[in-house]
Amino acid sequence: MAYAKNLEEIRALIASHKRWDLLFACVGVVALMIGVLTFVALFADMAIKGVPRLDWDFFTSFPSRRAGQAGILSAWVGSCLVMLTTAFFAVPLGVAAGLYLEEYAPKNWVTDIIEINITNLAGVPSIVYGLLALGLFVYQFGFGQSILSAGLTLALLILPVVIVATREAIRAIPQGIREGAYALGATQWQVCKDHIIPYSSAGILTGVIIGMARAIGETAPIITIGALTFIAFLPPPPVKAEPPFVSFEWLTSPFTVMPIQMFNWTSRPEAAFLVNAAAAGFVLVLMTLAMNALAIYIRYRLRKRIKW
Amino acid sequence: MVAVPAQVAAPAVLKAEVKGLNFYYGDFQALKRLNMPVYEKQVTALIGPSGCGKSTFLRSFNRMHDLYPGNRYEGEIRLHPDNVNVLAAGVDPIEVRMRISMVFQKPNPFPKSIYENVAYGLRVRGESRRVSLNEKVEEALRNAALWDEVKDRMDEPAFNLSGGQQQRLCIARALATDPEMLLFDEPTSALDPIATASIEELIHDLKQKVTIVIVTHNMQQAARVSDYTAYMYLGELIEYGVTDEIFIKPKKKQTEDYITGRFG
Amino acid sequence: MLVKESVQFFTHVPLWDFLTDTQWTPLFDDAHFGIMVLLSGTITSSLVALSIAIPLGTIIAIYLSEFAPFSVREVAKPFLELLGGVPTIVYGYFALLFVTPILQWFYPALPGFNILSAGIVMGIMIIPYVSSISEDAMRAVPMALREGSYAMGATRFQTATRVVVPAAFSGLASAYILGISRAVGETMILAVAAGMQPNLSFNPLEPAATITAYIVQVALGDLPHGSVGYQTIFAAGLTLMLFTLLFNIAGHMLRKHYREAY
Repeated sequence: MAYAKNLEEIRALIASHKRWDLLFACVGVVALMIGVLTFVALFADMAIKGVPRLDWDFFTSFPSRRAGQAGILSAWVGSCLVMLTTAFFAVPLGVAAGLYLEEYAPKNWVTDIIEINITNLAGVPSIVYGLLALGLFVYQFGFGQSILSAGLTLALLILPVVIVATREAIRAIPQGIREGAYALGATQWQVCKDHIIPYSSAGILTGVIIGMARAIGETAPIITIGALTFIAFLPPPPVKAEPPFVSFEWLTSPFTVMPIQMFNWTSRPEAAFLVNAAAAGFVLVLMTLAMNALAIYIRYRLRKRIKW
Repeated sequence: MVAVPAQVAAPAVLKAEVKGLNFYYGDFQALKRLNMPVYEKQVTALIGPSGCGKSTFLRSFNRMHDLYPGNRYEGEIRLHPDNVNVLAAGVDPIEVRMRISMVFQKPNPFPKSIYENVAYGLRVRGESRRVSLNEKVEEALRNAALWDEVKDRMDEPAFNLSGGQQQRLCIARALATDPEMLLFDEPTSALDPIATASIEELIHDLKQKVTIVIVTHNMQQAARVSDYTAYMYLGELIEYGVTDEIFIKPKKKQTEDYITGRFG
Repeated sequence: MLVKESVQFFTHVPLWDFLTDTQWTPLFDDAHFGIMVLLSGTITSSLVALSIAIPLGTIIAIYLSEFAPFSVREVAKPFLELLGGVPTIVYGYFALLFVTPILQWFYPALPGFNILSAGIVMGIMIIPYVSSISEDAMRAVPMALREGSYAMGATRFQTATRVVVPAAFSGLASAYILGISRAVGETMILAVAAGMQPNLSFNPLEPAATITAYIVQVALGDLPHGSVGYQTIFAAGLTLMLFTLLFNIAGHMLRKHYREAY
């Protein structure tokens, strides 16, 4: 019994192990705190520097050379319009793709290729999306440096997020429900339309919101497409006073978005502009937080309501 | 409800006939040369140890296997009075499922309201008039002995019901479309004894309206509830006959061994 | 069908575009040197970031999955998600105007634009990615393995490091690969805080430009389509893509090699 240790030695050993244990637990908490503190510092910094600057004028003026008069009107309108376009493309395409892959796609090499492509799409750096957009949407398709290009690019960017969220939500539906529906004589499309889509919609919505939160903050691809950083005008409004009452001119006009505006201001040496940047950043972070919080809330409510 | 041996009404009308049914999951043959009659408005039970193929057999009736790739049928299941072979490649499985309904082992109500659950089968068949739906839903719920318990909460989610109630809801849902045949796949194995008793009573009442085939691993249940019983083992139909005879005087030793609990 | 077409289209077109553009760059000779410059920036910044993100991310993951009580975990996870959701431009601002001054307090000779502060902030941004995937991988390890270890008298720390981490290794590798991809591809933090001066050096205390920052810089100006400038950004982008692809493939191979079947 070479390992026979007397009780003293065992106790000492355990004590030393426990010290390591405790040490690591502390290290773990410290590590967590670093993350938390960074976030708090960031948020506080933005708030302290930026909130004083936030007033009605800030939201309703255009950027100008004078820091005191500069505002984010064109930027946040641009952001909204781009988000609209992004959602318009990403949601139908992403949900349809997710639905197809889960319910319809046969298990062959074509399906495998599609799945591999989607995983690859998810790992591409955002700036490469911008390059792709530049070549493809701006020049090849001739959409120009416009909201349409930006919307399409960002839609591609968040497509993997939407597809994965859709698939996860659909997979959560138990097979028994599908069988019950089929047993009543439903066709595949009826099962999708009446059951799969409604039951997974909350999960899909969560994914869409998270994707949009990401798209709002994306700067690099939009810069690459050529969003201008000094836009002192708004894109033409979608609703006009004369027929035809709806116009799509806004899709093809030059524009800017919130993150780009912030980037522009951060690059200016004057301190006053930095304050503007902080304010814009604060608004941006707030919007992102709000969207993430919404997604988390929806996920929580979903878990309570439908217990599979 | 006292367990009374089912009386066989004479003459027995044929509702379906299984002829030479073979079934393959890929390369594995799960059902071998099955031949069996199913009599109209009677309860036929399929019994046997786990893995003997009784659920597989049941699910062949309404072509549930078509939902998954790699499955293959050989042989016929002929449905009367029109003598159509349910398994034929040219026959649309959806059409089959319009005539033959199924109740599953684990109650699977849709996450919709009670009303919508029962109405779904009708909507799939194109029925959308409110009055007509209301009537049929009520009728189905009455036939499933659930009406009194839910008539005041038709718009509540089906998940609020207890296990036994959910299963009766699934039965109502299957009944709402006036099927010619009703398949029960171990309908009470997930339920407590009281709920089980109520479902068995229900089956006894239902058989006056619709032909029933029930799979059960509980022999006593088969003895209580069915008029005819088929004993299966490893994909083959070992013995088929009137329930009383099978349980009291089985013809084959295998059957006897199973029934007396010598194995399985 | 629709999806298949557009996805395949996507994988064909940029390659083709990139390729035809790099054909007319014999002055890649000059720029060949240039790519190394940009590459050095990318590598340095990524190294700084990863030296923060990987250790911290792993520690957090281990702590959350093996040590932390349920309540802490429920609060920490959404928090980390939020951390990862902050727009990168905001992180860039933070790096430039908050972290750099703090660092300068320690080391006054630090220039206003430097890789170090950008790298640090980038590292913190990547922590959530690393920790969340690592934690999922560790949670997937069945309790049975842990119970075996505890039953022999091991502490949580010993179990975590000797049993859970090796078992979850393939998942951890995925997390690290994802972190690397993210670090290499990050643009805005570096563009803002590290300056845009191409500088061939591996010293994080100096300003430098990365591949990504360069692309942004060029794109900020006016780009006539088809010009040399236009082509160089595509060449740079192609390099970036290849790197990322390389890492993804490496990750895939690692996963297959180390996959444990439960």
